[in-house]
Formats: sequence, structure tokens, C-alpha cells
Amino acid sequence: MAKAGTAAFAPQGSKEGTNNNTDVASDVKPLMGNEAIARGVWEAGVRVASAYPGTPSTEILENVARFPEQDIKAEWATNEKVALDVAIGASFAGVRAFVAMKHVGLNVASDSLMSMTYIGVNGGLVLVVCDDPGIHSSQNEQDTRLLARLAMVPVLEPSDAQEALDFVKQGYDISEQFDTPVIVRSTTRLSHTRSLVRVGERVVPISKGFVDNITKNVMVPSHARIRHPRLIERERDLAEFFNSSDLNRWERGGTEYGIITCGISYSYVKEVASDASVLKLGASYPLAEALIREFCESVDRVLVIEELEPVIEETVRKLGFEVEGKSLFPRVGEFSPSVVREGLVSAGLLPVAKSTPGLSPEPLARPPVLCSGCPHTSSYMALRAINARVAGDIGCYTLAAIEPLKAIDTCVAMGSSIGNAVGMYKAGTENRPIVATIGDSTFIHAGIPPLIDAVYSRADITVLLLDNHTTAMTGGQDHAGTGVNLRGKQTERVDFEQLIHSLGVKWVRKVDSYNLGNLYKCLQDAVRHKGVSVIISDRPCVLDPVKIKGTSFTVRAESCVGCQSCMNLGCPALSWSGELYDGHNKVEINQLECMGCSLCAQVCPSDAIYLPTEE
Amino acid sequence: MTTAVKPVKAPNTPPLTIPRPHNVLIVGVGGQGVIMISKVLATLCQEQGFEVKQSEVHGMAKRGGAVFSHVRFGEIVHSPTIPEGEADVLLALEWAEGMRWMPYLRQQSGTFIADTQRIVPPFACRNRTRGARTGYVGETIQTVMEQVENSFALDAMGIAKQLGVVKAANTVLLGALSTALDFPTEAWKSVISKFVPPQTTKVNLLAFDAGREWALGFDRESELRNIKDTRSLHQESTVEAGADYSRVEITEEWCKGCDICVKFCPERCLIMNEKLIVEMAEPELCTGCRMCEWLCPDFAITVHTPNHVPL
Ligand SMILES: Cc1ncc(C[n+]2csc(CCOP(=O)(O)OP(=O)(O)O)c2C)c(N)n1
Ligand code: SF4
Ligand code: SF4
Ligand code: SF4
Ligand code: SF4
Repeated sequence: MAKAGTAAFAPQGSKEGTNNNTDVASDVKPLMGNEAIARGVWEAGVRVASAYPGTPSTEILENVARFPEQDIKAEWATNEKVALDVAIGASFAGVRAFVAMKHVGLNVASDSLMSMTYIGVNGGLVLVVCDDPGIHSSQNEQDTRLLARLAMVPVLEPSDAQEALDFVKQGYDISEQFDTPVIVRSTTRLSHTRSLVRVGERVVPISKGFVDNITKNVMVPSHARIRHPRLIERERDLAEFFNSSDLNRWERGGTEYGIITCGISYSYVKEVASDASVLKLGASYPLAEALIREFCESVDRVLVIEELEPVIEETVRKLGFEVEGKSLFPRVGEFSPSVVREGLVSAGLLPVAKSTPGLSPEPLARPPVLCSGCPHTSSYMALRAINARVAGDIGCYTLAAIEPLKAIDTCVAMGSSIGNAVGMYKAGTENRPIVATIGDSTFIHAGIPPLIDAVYSRADITVLLLDNHTTAMTGGQDHAGTGVNLRGKQTERVDFEQLIHSLGVKWVRKVDSYNLGNLYKCLQDAVRHKGVSVIISDRPCVLDPVKIKGTSFTVRAESCVGCQSCMNLGCPALSWSGELYDGHNKVEINQLECMGCSLCAQVCPSDAIYLPTEE
Repeated sequence: MTTAVKPVKAPNTPPLTIPRPHNVLIVGVGGQGVIMISKVLATLCQEQGFEVKQSEVHGMAKRGGAVFSHVRFGEIVHSPTIPEGEADVLLALEWAEGMRWMPYLRQQSGTFIADTQRIVPPFACRNRTRGARTGYVGETIQTVMEQVENSFALDAMGIAKQLGVVKAANTVLLGALSTALDFPTEAWKSVISKFVPPQTTKVNLLAFDAGREWALGFDRESELRNIKDTRSLHQESTVEAGADYSRVEITEEWCKGCDICVKFCPERCLIMNEKLIVEMAEPELCTGCRMCEWLCPDFAITVHTPNHVPL
């Protein structure tokens, strides 16, 4: 969690328009990709930064917030569109602005992006968008470059932390020079790899202030018609610029074949084919066509190695060259040295590696689970008991979809649960109660408009708002409902009950998540209510922002009948003790792991679970 | 404007002795300290003048999922991740995680160091048949030591406990790891001192020494002969095939539809029918736990299992 204070790598303060420190040797620091991006943002003289958390991008803004507040205003936004709009506003006002998000965040922000690309910038504007090839922690693996192409926004793709810092800074120069927002595309691997980075000084350009220009700043049909051709010119100018820019690098090697690559894939290429001719594209849109032509003509065979979509491959093919790409390297998943090697082997360019099978045990399934003591657990236990059709959403609680809770039937995108529930109700095919479950952060992000829709269309649904006072999934970020800002200071707080009442919901109740019986009865009442009912299940996350550990519970072995009721909670502190009762496994509680939430004791039908302090 | 990136080296770089990058893969379960250990190692490598890349994946990690961190160091390091079969050292903080990543270990020359700690996930306790074992990996310390030449299995927690600091178990592992990498002991200690809380420096350095001594004094042959820990927690039921049936007998006339058994059945195999009489809906899910039988206030349910005579 980024709280007030200065990071070890953040020099105190900075001067406007100066750059007098040249003692670089001591300025080599190990930085994670995301830390390097944050450093680049600060060095570029950015004044306003905004983001909504999302793995793997979250640490960027957290690290930006470690620089002094007088240098840079950094705050969590309610969602990615708001974040981008805040940045656009700052750009209008003439300062450099920054916004970070994960790949799917760009979908949310895209409405603003598609128009602001027509407007261009006043103060430079860079978006860092982190893709997640391999879907380590996302709902899909879309390729940001496709959206960027649609928006005609240039994309820079760093390959390591050093480039991440450098490309962000360069991004601001390009943004201002070409009057365009710029996307710097990271990926999970780059964002979360730490390597040595040479850092520099902060230079703040003098602000131009707001520049009145109605045909540029106000996108109405007549103005947009004027701006669209400008966009096409801009694309051409950028491609021309990238032909000679040092963002793109030609590393000469043999002529038998050449590899065009970008981003993190470059490091895998260098790992397995260090002598090959490589055209490393730091700018993957628009493409430096003349440079690519020259490269393709210099080798007998051209391969494109890029993660996810064949964006570069298809463009090179359109230039009239025969290229190989997705026929050898997969279109899904994350690359690795092994994936790149296999592709080059099947292309006949590398010898088949000899492999002697060693010990390769069957791996143990260890999916992520809700923490021991997680306040979400009881909500889903109660939902199971009322036999509801549950529209889920995105957050830690999505983990309740799998064994053993198995209490979520759908999960689409942030905020979808409520709209999905309304649709299920309207379809009229469901005879079970329809419940939408949504986290506090997700509710603020995209849950309020659909709740208004539910009220407006008189849907008979129940919404279970899981208020754990944080954005837990991404590591515990504050949001408008916590009353604390990114720098750890108090700010205004959304009162959920008041808000929901004001939207026209007649039935709202708040319950303690740790009281399973109450939660169950409350749910029964809620689903009986005709119309929209909302239950706020309230308990702080036990992991973030602070670990909350109570006294551990214990199983009285002689009372346990191995019924597995407690095991159905999926609490990782519970496991089998090795003892059996009538052939059934008895249970024990790991004393270090148990947070003392008491849920298992509440479900145990034979009163075998107790607090040692109460004996 | 930026120039092409050159490998960055810290000042006073000593002559390099490693022709190719050295690869250390550190694995475990969320919350165990995998990231901390890899940070210590990465810092040490940097201080020793190497280029170093450390790669991890956040996100699901802390919620009890599998966690791993790749540390690569050398004169030039390209890929942040270790290619399969090329880890020079595989350090596992948990046994089953060590097994998961075994294919990454370099054959013959790779060193495997594992904590014998076993963390059984809830997922592995899903087999509800009578006498079922957990779905934990089957490989025992013995099988691994016999097949992997440079393998070390230690009870780091136990060693730390002897020193009186359970929390120093990871430093014990660092001590063991230090014997597989050619860095001066003092350099290790100076880096560890920077990472641990100041008041714990002393015990942590003791823990480091203890881990190091354990690994240096490790005698494979005698260890293999005297293995005490032969636990295999892997999935196998002690019940003969076919013998594990259970049957729930419902006396309809006695059921008054109170719903208690339906609510309390852990496997949710009972339902209330339209006549408000309990019915077995999912017989194949029934484990014969007898909960319904015990809880029914009107004795309407009897559970028949093979080796249990109804009361
Ligand atoms: C558009 C979009 N932005 C961000 C994310 C990343 N993300 C996943 S879950 C989540 C928030 C979860 O917070 P909350 O709803 O409070 O649930 P909790 O994890 O606290 O249980 C975020 C930001 C995403 N998946 N999609
Ligand atoms: S981080 Fe918090 S909300 Fe998420 S699973 Fe753990 S306790 Fe639950
Ligand atoms: S009280 Fe029970 S359910 Fe709660 S954390 Fe402890 S073991 Fe898990
Ligand atoms: S719920 Fe109680 S009786 Fe049933 S397995 Fe758990 S501890 Fe044993
Ligand atoms: S014995 Fe009764 S309570 Fe137990 S699983 Fe079978 S039906 Fe359910």
C-alpha cells in the first residue's frame, strides 16, 4: 500500500525546468517495471496522475504517490473512464497528465479515448495500459494494441524496466510534438519484473495554461469532421517519425532469417537466438513501414514474434512481405523462452533440443482461495442455504464460484452482476430467487447505474453488497467508500445506505458478515420483498489494509463426527487431522492461520469447535 | 532523448566469472515469504556487481495460491523468466510446490532445496468417500532424494524453533541456499541485515548460520538411510472399491417438513418436495455422515452404511 511518505528512490523535491544532476553512476536502482514507470512519470514532470486499480497495473499509481504531493497530484478514481477524464482535464489545463489501468480498464475508458484522440492534447498525456497475456489475474487476455489502432493512438512497447522509464518520458515528448495521447503498453511480466534502472532528474515543462480553441476542444459533428482528417495525417507523420526514431532498433545478425519483435518477447528472442538479426520495435503502432521494408529485404525469411494478436504480422504482410508469425508462435497465452524456442525449432531454425525426462510429478491443484476469516465466506454460505440464482461480479469474492462454496453462477465484467440479475428477472425463466453479489469497490466502479436501472424497471431482485471496506483483490486500495485517499489521509466518504436509499431502493439493511444466522434470515426477508432489496454485508477484509487476527478456534477431536460441514466453508485454516470417525475424516484448525472469525463454530452441528479461552 | 539500453552495472564491478546467467527459482505458497527471499537474493547479486532480473506474478498470490519468483543474474540477462529445465537452484518453501516446479530444475547439475513443510489446500480435502486421504502430492522425501542428485530436504521451521524464533525459518533456508551459490558469507549477512527488523538481526544471522551449517554438514547417504519423514499424504482411499455406499431411508409418515436435515446436510443432497416431505435428490453425493439422522427431531431418517449398524 502506498501511503504518505517518500520512496527510497524518490529524491526530495525538484526544480521546475532544471536538470543539473549528472552523477548518474550512483543512480542505478533495482526497480520493478511498475516502479520504473512511476519514476518515469515523475521525471517527465507530470502534475496530475489518476488510475483505478487493476492487476498488473496497480503499483504504478501507488508508486507515483510516493513522490511529494507538491510535485504530483495522484488519486484513485472511481473507475478508469473517470481516471482518463481527470487526466484529459489536466491536459486541457496545460499540464502533463498521466493515467494507468489494466487492459480491460481501457474498455471502460474507451468512450473518452475515442473522442479525445480527435482533440489531441495541450499538456502531454500518456496512458500506461498493462496487458495480461496468460490471464494471470484477469477475466480475458485482450490485446490493447487493437483498441489503440481503433483510436489511432500511438503505442510504445518497452522490453524492460529501463525502457519502461525511458519510453514514458519519450511518450510525453511524442504526445506534445504530435498532439496525441500516447499509450505505453506493459504486460504482467514487464510490470512485475525487477531489474536495474538508471534514473534521472525531474524536469517540469512550463505550463501553457488552458488554450481556448473551440474547434479543437469541443467535439461536435462539425468540429469532429475537421479533426478526423488530421488524425489520418497524424498517423502518417508518426509512422514517418518512427522510421528514424531510436525507439526502434535494428540489431544486425545473419541474413538467413530475421525476427521482428516487440515488448517482453524481445528478451525471449535474445535469450534463445542471440545471434539472429532482430528488428526490435519500440513503437508497435503506427509501424515504421520504411524501416520494416528495409529489414525484410535484408533477410531471406522474416518471422514476427509478438504476444497475443498478430498486429505487427498482419501489417507487415500488407506491405507485401511473406512473414511467419502466428503459424509458429501461439496467439493465446504468455510467451516464455521455451515457447519462442519451440517456434524457432518448428521453423527449422534451431536444432531440436534433446530432452531426457526427469522427475515430473503430477502437480497439486492449489487454486487461490478466500483467506481464512474472509468476510465474504458467510455471504455465500447463506446464499447456498436460500438456494438462490447468483449473478456474480469481480473481486476476491469471485473465488466463491469454485469448490467448495460453489455459490456463484455468472461473472462477466466489473459491475455486470446487477444488470445481469435484472435481465434474468426480465427473462422470467427463473423460479429461484435472483441475487446479485457485488463488492464495495466494484459497486462504486460500475454498480450504481445498473442499480438505478433495477429500481427504474421494477426488477424483483436482491443485491448483496459485500462491503469489506477495501479493494481487496488488487491488494487493498482505498476508494470513495473508505473515506481514505491514496496518500492515507482522511477524505469524504460515501455512505452506502444513504446512497442506496436515495436511488429509490425501499428495502435496505446492513448486517454483520460474521453473523451467519442473521445473514441467512435477512436474505430470506430480502428475497421475499417484492422489488429491489439491498443487503449490505459489512466486515473489513482481514488481510488489507491491516491484518485482523483474533483468537484461534480449536476442534475438540472427541466431538468431531467428520461431517465436513465446516470444510464446506473452504477456509484454508481447516484441514483433515488424520483421525477418522466412522470412516470420515475429522478436522483440525491450524492455529497460526485461523483468524478467529467463528464461522466454522457457527456451522458445526456437533459443537466441536470452540474458543480455548472460553473453556 | 533515450538511447538504446545497455546492460547496467553497479559501480566497482568485480570481474565476472559466470559465462551464462545463473538461475534461481524460488517457489512456495502465498504468504510464505517467497518474494522477500528473492528480493534478498536479487539485492545480493546486484551488490556483487551482476545484472539481475527478478520476476514474480502478483494478484492471486496472497490468497493461498502458488507463488513463484525467478531470479536470474549474470553479465547480461535477457529473459526475466527461467527456461524450463534451466534452474540451477530450485528453492521450495513448501513440499508440493517444489514438486510442481521440478521440471524447471537443470538435470544432473541443478540443486533442489526444499522445506519439508506441507500446506494442504482446502481443495485437496474434497474427496468425501470414507477413509479418503487428501489429494496432496505422492512424492516422498525419499523418492526425490533418490532421483535428484543434489537434493536437500530440511525442516527449516524446526531449526528455527530450536533457536526460539519460528519467524526466522526463511532465513534458515537462505543459509541453506547460500551453500549453492558462490557469494561470500559476509555479503549474505550484510544484505539480510538490511531486510530484517533491526531488533531481530542477531537471531536472523544465527538462523542463517544454522541453515548454512545444516547444508554443509548434510550427508546424503546417511540421510537416505535414516529418513524418518516418510509421509505420503496422497490420495488413496482405505475403503475397498464398491464398499462405500450409503443409503438414506426416509419414513415419510414421520417427516413433518421442518427442513432441518435439508439445511444441515453438508453435501446438500436432500430437498423438501411439494408435499413438504424430505426427499433424497442427489444420492451419489451422500457421504453417509449421518447428520440428517442425528438431527431429525422425529427420527424420520435412518442412514445405512456398510460397517455401521443402525441404532
Ligand atoms: C475494468 C476493470 N478494472 C479493474 C479490474 C481489476 N479488479 C478486479 S476485482 C477489482 C475490485 C475488487 O474490489 P471489491 O469489489 O471491493 O471486492 P473485493 O476484492 O474487495 O472483495 C478490481 C479493481 C477489472 N477486473 N476490470
Ligand atoms: S483479501 Fe480480504 S476480501 Fe480477499 S479473500 Fe482475503 S480476506 Fe477475503
Ligand atoms: S474460526 Fe474457523 S472459519 Fe474462521 S478462520 Fe478460524 S478456522 Fe477458519
Ligand atoms: S463441522 Fe464439526 S463435526 Fe463436522 S467435521 Fe467440522 S468440526 Fe467435525
Ligand atoms: S447422511 Fe444425511 S446429512 Fe449426511 S450427506 Fe447423506 S443425506 Fe446428507
